[in-house]
Amino acid sequence: MPRDPTSAPDRKTIVRAEFSGTADGVRDALRKIRSGLTAFQVGGEEAFSAELVIAEALNNVVEHALEGTEHPVFRLSLRQSQNGVLVEIRDRGRPMPEDRPPLGTAPSLSVDPAALPEGGFGWFLIRELARDLEYRRIAGENRLSFRLAIYHTEPA
Amino acid sequence: MELVARERCGDLVVRIEEVRIDAAVAVRFKDEMRARSSGAHPRVILDLSRVEFLDSSGLGAVVAVLKEVTPEKALALAGLTPNVQKVFRLTRMDTVFTIFADVESAFVGVAHAS
Repeated sequence: MPRDPTSAPDRKTIVRAEFSGTADGVRDALRKIRSGLTAFQVGGEEAFSAELVIAEALNNVVEHALEGTEHPVFRLSLRQSQNGVLVEIRDRGRPMPEDRPPLGTAPSLSVDPAALPEGGFGWFLIRELARDLEYRRIAGENRLSFRLAIYHTEPA
Repeated sequence: MELVARERCGDLVVRIEEVRIDAAVAVRFKDEMRARSSGAHPRVILDLSRVEFLDSSGLGAVVAVLKEVTPEKALALAGLTPNVQKVFRLTRMDTVFTIFADVESAFVGVAHAS
């Protein structure tokens, strides 16, 4: 039985908080993640990959699910597990198109320079860096969860 | 969005003074770069040595700068930190851009480099 992510924080909770559903809210969340990961002795490339994939997921939430909604907020939790760091993002914005996360195919670069893609890399990076990605729409809430293959984390 | 632009051997070297190019600053970054790179320099070198975080919005903004600058001028990137390198490598954008280890390397072989 999975633990209820809304239960009280424990030694395995790296971050659990609610943030404003704006670009600045994303920055706040990422700042919290950085200090949380540092406290769990995660740094360097692993910490950057974690921050990048979560940034991409949160940017999508802010720009697509929450854009133009009233009181946009999202909730974020990072928990340590035996299999890495488990991330969950919840928001009450619009559902994903067709109720499923994009496939994240890499945009083609074999094009005229003037036609190079300026977007479309977000989901590609998420798919590349996140494991066990799952999206559910439950009672008007988006729940996106995934695992980051970061091991040997220990609270300092 | 802090940028420092200076001329070197006729080229324009623009150093990004921000630690992050992310969704929060991507549009400002594009606008600033457009304003700074309008001169007659044949080459614009973007010094990214201070940038520790680049997401896909930031990457998109760098691509936008490339499209803005070329084909009239050349754009080169210099000083990619390991994190920024990783984003370029994962998205294969490292195959699209001219990338130098640092600004100095961009001027190796250029006459009267100073």
